[in-house]
Amino acid sequence: MANDPPLRESAEPSLLSVRDIEKSFPGVNALSGVSFDVAKGEVHALLGENGAGKSTLIKIISGVFPPDRGEVIVDGKPVNLQRPDDARRAGIATIYQELLLFPELTVAENIFMGHAPRAGLGRLDWRAMREKTTDLLASLAIHDLQADRVVGSLSVGNRQRVEILRALSQDARILIMDEPTAALTEYDVTRLFDIVRKLKARGVAVIYISHRLDEIFAIADRVTVLRDGAHIATKRVADTTATELVHLMVGRKIESLFPKITVLIGEPVLEVKDLERRPLTKGISLTVRAGEIVGLAGLVGSGRSELAHTIFGVTPAEGGDIKICGQAVDIGSPARARALGVGYVPEDRGTQGLVRPMTVRENFSLAALGKIAFGGFIDRASERKLAGDGVKRFAVKTSSLEQVAGKLSGGNQQKIVLGKWLANQPKLLILDEPTRGIDVGAKAEIHRLMGELAAQGLAILMISSELPEVLGMSDRVLVMREGRIVAEFSRDEATQEAVGAAMMGEHDNVEKVA
Amino acid sequence: MTAATFTRDEADPRRLLKALASQEALLAIAVIGLAIAVGLYNPRFLATRNLSDVLLGNAYIAVAAVGMSMVIISGNIDISVGSLIGVLATVSGTLAVNGAPIIVTWLVPLVVGVLVMAAQGAVIAYLRIPAIVVTLGMLSILKGGLISVTGGKWITDLPDSFHLANIELFDTVPMPVLLMIVATILAAVWMRHSATGRSIYAVGGNAEAARLCGISQPRTTVMVFALHGFFAGIAALLYATQLRVIQSTVPPNLELTIITASVVGGVSILGGVGTVIGSSLAAILIAEIASALVFTDVSPYWIRAVQGTLILITVIADILRRRRMAGA
Repeated sequence: MANDPPLRESAEPSLLSVRDIEKSFPGVNALSGVSFDVAKGEVHALLGENGAGKSTLIKIISGVFPPDRGEVIVDGKPVNLQRPDDARRAGIATIYQELLLFPELTVAENIFMGHAPRAGLGRLDWRAMREKTTDLLASLAIHDLQADRVVGSLSVGNRQRVEILRALSQDARILIMDEPTAALTEYDVTRLFDIVRKLKARGVAVIYISHRLDEIFAIADRVTVLRDGAHIATKRVADTTATELVHLMVGRKIESLFPKITVLIGEPVLEVKDLERRPLTKGISLTVRAGEIVGLAGLVGSGRSELAHTIFGVTPAEGGDIKICGQAVDIGSPARARALGVGYVPEDRGTQGLVRPMTVRENFSLAALGKIAFGGFIDRASERKLAGDGVKRFAVKTSSLEQVAGKLSGGNQQKIVLGKWLANQPKLLILDEPTRGIDVGAKAEIHRLMGELAAQGLAILMISSELPEVLGMSDRVLVMREGRIVAEFSRDEATQEAVGAAMMGEHDNVEKVA
Repeated sequence: MTAATFTRDEADPRRLLKALASQEALLAIAVIGLAIAVGLYNPRFLATRNLSDVLLGNAYIAVAAVGMSMVIISGNIDISVGSLIGVLATVSGTLAVNGAPIIVTWLVPLVVGVLVMAAQGAVIAYLRIPAIVVTLGMLSILKGGLISVTGGKWITDLPDSFHLANIELFDTVPMPVLLMIVATILAAVWMRHSATGRSIYAVGGNAEAARLCGISQPRTTVMVFALHGFFAGIAALLYATQLRVIQSTVPPNLELTIITASVVGGVSILGGVGTVIGSSLAAILIAEIASALVFTDVSPYWIRAVQGTLILITVIADILRRRRMAGA
């Protein structure tokens, strides 16, 4: 896998080297032997699918948690990064996607939070703070930002600049930027690149994480591709192409964990036409038929979960039509969606799916209380039967129905979140990342169940960030980007390269959906 | 993948231990154990007269704690209930003194209690304002309003028929105690077996998950506050009728005592966990401790410190339990 030796720019010595980093979390091998290095004045891009290990890697470099094995070397000396402060002292600063600023405080206060200049007797030296801020602003030629502005009143782009200044005020020599352009306007992206180039000229090493290939070609010197926690390749940007990078990112063997059953595809169950819900659902049209599994691929932030929320009535549509089994319907709330035979398994089972303090029995019956309650009271025998059937059918490993659900493993929790909908005999299931963060065995079982459910005539709309899952499970694949469906592939046409390219927007001549 | 996914063992001795370790069982043991211990020190503590006084004088706290427990289980809190009880008691007493039919004096507090609390629930649920802020506002309105309207004048000359404590079932169980037991049991059954009760646990345990299951959080919140208002109405009646006079003020720190009973009774302050039986038992335990202090010659002023200690112990135990669960 990782045979490709990390290439070295011979002219500049590495400022930061990462050697053979390994990290695993319970049940997940997040990083296995990742190495790469960044030279002074280099912009080094990290590229990989969701879950490839980029976030874990930058968290290790920024001292959020230590690696299990391997070392981080700064200026040729190994550094022991146990906490974020260790990284700061080593000259490493990280700018996360969610900016960590104090909205009520001024630009200067935010920049010097924690290391403000002192004026004796522990007093803050406000004048020095303001002057230093003005100097920093001038050094990056930022003229539309003043030291006294309150950060809460700034645009996202300006807030990001404050974070960058904050890093510089701590003499950071290595700057990690995690998807810095995700929330920026085009103009702000241009300005960000100007700043990155200035930092580069000063000798700052930048680790740049982005999904957007065009940005990588615009700003980075080298790019390292990660996949499934392993180092795949490091390339000079000048020597590679977008096609090659996509191939490196997704070029994984599709291990068919559970063979797809071919089932008879029936009448349309869900028909969506020109669905609108700003900002991330723009003119969506799609159809899911009985027995069909439609995969919805796209990058994080492409609007897939938002679309699911709109169909399920969490954020009701502002325009467009939804038909369920041919009937035009108006879905204004999840309760309405449930009554229409729609089930939704949310993306984050911990915060959106499972009621942790409740028992397995209670979680299983939660979406079907109306079916097992008579005169407002729950029939305990029906409930036990419902939950018992679910446990058996989904092979949930639990000591009893009275087990507190929060104590089960992730895979078993997910089976409950999925299983609770079946008591309702739904016609359509929307699954948002149905196998994220669960072990291989549980994953295979969930895939098997999806196949079975489809065979029984259920329509399934599956959102997944794992291409092998999308390609392995789907009868059809839709690709979303920036709130629109940008491509549709039949099962035969859907290759990793084609779907990957549509996700990244690498070329815009992908076929438009009618 | 066999059907034998359960590893249940009916004869597991740990099950018995687990049942005994439940908050309700611990509280029941504490109530009885404390009575025996204090009785050994001072037998007068066990006199029927004293035990009955303890129950009669605190039944209203147990009843109010039932409603409070529902509110906390749903993920909310209410600090206006003490003031509301004061207002409802005064309203009821004023009606009684002015010759209103007894049934009216008993029903009005229930209706007003439900309306006031439902209104608060609606503000919390539909305007999405934190419960502590809304009920803090209501606390001041009720408390200030009460003292301004009555001028702090006591209500005396209450008709005899007004006093619930004079009514006894089979000549032994006084009405307040009966109401406390019935309210607790009905509420416990309802919370455990009704679909709405289940929704309350679900909303408190994970509001987002409940919403995505089609459970309406706003409706559940209004419902739970309305019920809480109903129990506050009963509590106000018990409070109003226990003495010959009504003081027209809010009993100091009453809301805190009620919240203490709920929390010590095992209701998680984070929502989603707890039972109303536990909170009634805890209300009795707290009252018993207060009485025990007197009978063991300890200054009764210690009762606040004891309450505080009980709260801290139960909350810490709850947090540790949750953390262990999250780690598992």
